[in-house]
Amino acid sequence: MSAVADVRPEIEVVERPKTGLLLRMLQFSIRNPLGAAGALVIVIMFVMALLADFIAPYDPVANAFDRLHQPPSAENWFGTDQFGRDVFSRIVYGARTALLVGFVSSVVGATIGLVLGVASAYFGGRVDLIFQRVLDIFMAFPLIIMALAVIAIFGTGAQNVIIAITIPFIPRCARVVRSAALSIRELPYIDAARANGFSHSRIILRHMVPNVMAPFLIMITAFVGQAILLEASLSYLGLGVQEPTPAWGLMLQGGAEEYAESAPWIAIFPGIAISLAVFGFSLFGDAVRDELDPKLRSQ
Amino acid sequence: MKFSHLTRTIFTAAAGLALAAAFGGSPADAQKRGGTMTFVVPDEPPSWDGHRETTFALIHPFAPFYSLLIKVNPDNPSSPTDFVCDLCTEFPKPTDGGKNWTFKLRQGVKFHDGTALTAHDVVASYKKIIFPPQGTTSARVAYFTMVESVTAKDNHTVEFKLKYPSGAFIPALATPYNFIYSKAKLDQDIRWYEKNVMGSGPFRFVGREAGAFVKGERNKDFYIKDRPYLDGFEAIFSSKQAVRVQAIRGDRAAIEFRGFPPKSAEDLVKALGKDITVQESPWNCVLLFTPNSKKKPFDDVRVRRALSLAVDRWGGSKSLSQIAIVKPVGGVAYPDHPLAPSKAELEKIAGYWPDINKSRAEARRLLAEAGVPNLKFTLNNRAIDQPYTIVGTWLIDQWRQVGITVEQKMDPTGPFYAKLRGSDFDVSMDFNCQSVINPLLDIGKFLSADKGNESYGGYTDRTLDKMFEDMNRTGDVAEQKKLMLAFEKRVLDEEARSFVTLWWNRIIPHRSYVKGWKVSPSHYLNQDLTHVWLDK
Repeated sequence: MSAVADVRPEIEVVERPKTGLLLRMLQFSIRNPLGAAGALVIVIMFVMALLADFIAPYDPVANAFDRLHQPPSAENWFGTDQFGRDVFSRIVYGARTALLVGFVSSVVGATIGLVLGVASAYFGGRVDLIFQRVLDIFMAFPLIIMALAVIAIFGTGAQNVIIAITIPFIPRCARVVRSAALSIRELPYIDAARANGFSHSRIILRHMVPNVMAPFLIMITAFVGQAILLEASLSYLGLGVQEPTPAWGLMLQGGAEEYAESAPWIAIFPGIAISLAVFGFSLFGDAVRDELDPKLRSQ
Repeated sequence: MKFSHLTRTIFTAAAGLALAAAFGGSPADAQKRGGTMTFVVPDEPPSWDGHRETTFALIHPFAPFYSLLIKVNPDNPSSPTDFVCDLCTEFPKPTDGGKNWTFKLRQGVKFHDGTALTAHDVVASYKKIIFPPQGTTSARVAYFTMVESVTAKDNHTVEFKLKYPSGAFIPALATPYNFIYSKAKLDQDIRWYEKNVMGSGPFRFVGREAGAFVKGERNKDFYIKDRPYLDGFEAIFSSKQAVRVQAIRGDRAAIEFRGFPPKSAEDLVKALGKDITVQESPWNCVLLFTPNSKKKPFDDVRVRRALSLAVDRWGGSKSLSQIAIVKPVGGVAYPDHPLAPSKAELEKIAGYWPDINKSRAEARRLLAEAGVPNLKFTLNNRAIDQPYTIVGTWLIDQWRQVGITVEQKMDPTGPFYAKLRGSDFDVSMDFNCQSVINPLLDIGKFLSADKGNESYGGYTDRTLDKMFEDMNRTGDVAEQKKLMLAFEKRVLDEEARSFVTLWWNRIIPHRSYVKGWKVSPSHYLNQDLTHVWLDK
């Protein structure tokens, strides 16, 4: 028996160099310094929210009438408010409220939007038509107006604020995701899945949803910033979370307005916190989009 | 007696000076006609019916559209005993041992739709207030427990018959919410005035934009000659105090009739100098907190009592008076009144003990004994910063110190009242703001739910009701004082029905060109704007 020579061509396997998390973060920072700055703000926010009990020097809700309207000092870094409460401690704890409302409403709103958007694209026809017209109605209202309407129905409080912000996010995410899903629906592997008799939910959830994750993630990062701003707006209007809960928007109303001239620090620091948070999420969202979009990545 | 020419001249000059001073101007001021006065109002009323409502949000924009039978003397609104006729022609002397009061009415008074105002309109209005028909609400039924009947003797004579003589009757009659409505409109729909305006007051209703304003114009057929001075008024609604202060500062509004905290008044004076005039008065108004006795665990007197014991009123007076329109510590009766408890008497009542640590230890003990050492509840509050939000936030901090966790829910006036009236709350901020100072009636707020129409605690306490009636029946001041102290102890301590936080302190900084308006111990009194004029 003659030996058969192995004539299979040698395949050169090019291994992707293994990089550590730190190195990848460094590379990301070099590629996208603004995005890295945004990420840094987000990380700081998370640290503040998680370790508030250790970072904040005072109880954020404890009144101290012997320290009313104290300007920033070594004792009270950001001064005190009209109840003598430490503004820095309230900002640290306020990060919890901002992140809780921002993340929960963004993730829930975007996820519901994702399912609705993909389902609408997948089924097409009348289902798509009806879905889209309903979404059009919701989209006709500006975010804040829609949120105000929801608050008017459900009432104030952190839980209702989350619902109020979640609802306007649903059609916005659904619309973007649908447009991405429409092109996926036409791909042969979806036809193959149908031909194999897979259920609609299996096709939608296992074959289409993973392929629209890029726009979905981008939407989430964009939503978080918007949600923080919206929560601050609702709280400023007295319709969001209520006293004495530490929340940045709430800190801008009441005493901050009354004492804007004599104790401006009551308004300045929460204002800066809101601006930085929204700016941070916006920069990070842009960077995520750049990273996930192959066209932009190659530029 | 004959007066010399000089004496007559002095008397005349003195009378002139008194008159000028009475209307808020210097002797050199001569009332000027014309102009539209803009004022700010912190909230909108739940309805437009004065008989039903108890809020400044109704009185400030709507009182100028209505007449009253009698009212406080606008020259002397601080007096609890100085009343003058509005629709009546002269103040009657009671007959039948003080049980019969007959009022003669002005002739030729017209409603704004041109129909004549007669005794039948006055009777229909007071019947609605005193004996509200089914389906309507009157906030002042308890004021008139002494009234047996009200009838029209003829077109211009109204007779009130009382069950017993009562010094509380005339102050009750002068309550500024007792608008005289058209009988025809009430017959057409007893709730017509909840959404419509048609009175006989110095101003006619022009319009209202929800959330924005109420406008009125001068009633040319007003029954007092040459009044009102103003061509019209515009009441602008704004719930944010900072906005209201800035409105006065920027001269987009001339006045807010409710009151600002000391700091805001100081800021306005600092910014505007002589263009701002500040009027100050004690205030017959108190912020309460009331547990819902129908709801667990507030059906337990130990839990209710603990809520009061946790609150440091003496310390709160010093601290909160810096940032809010509250200051005096008191019980249920107006603090400066002879019937009010002394400080020593007050300090024996739970929640007023001088040693706050001892008080809070007792609160913790009672909560533990009641099985709710870590009590959690929602505080229903009104979305008005002064003093509701501030006092509510302060209370939450007070309760926190005995281990109670409280979430605050704030609603605009309409939904806030809806929750109070529907007993849809755990513990609610509540208030007792009255007009003419008369503790004998003012404490009607604390009666059983079926007796006091403003009582929201959901309890029935016939002992309290009897004390109230006994106080009103007896003419003996010493007996009244004794009963009042027992009433205070029962409401605030023994049965712990409802609790006083701090009494209010009224500071009104207004544009100096507003003349003819005098501050009083109530933001409900003297608001018809008949004598107000603008020195521009």
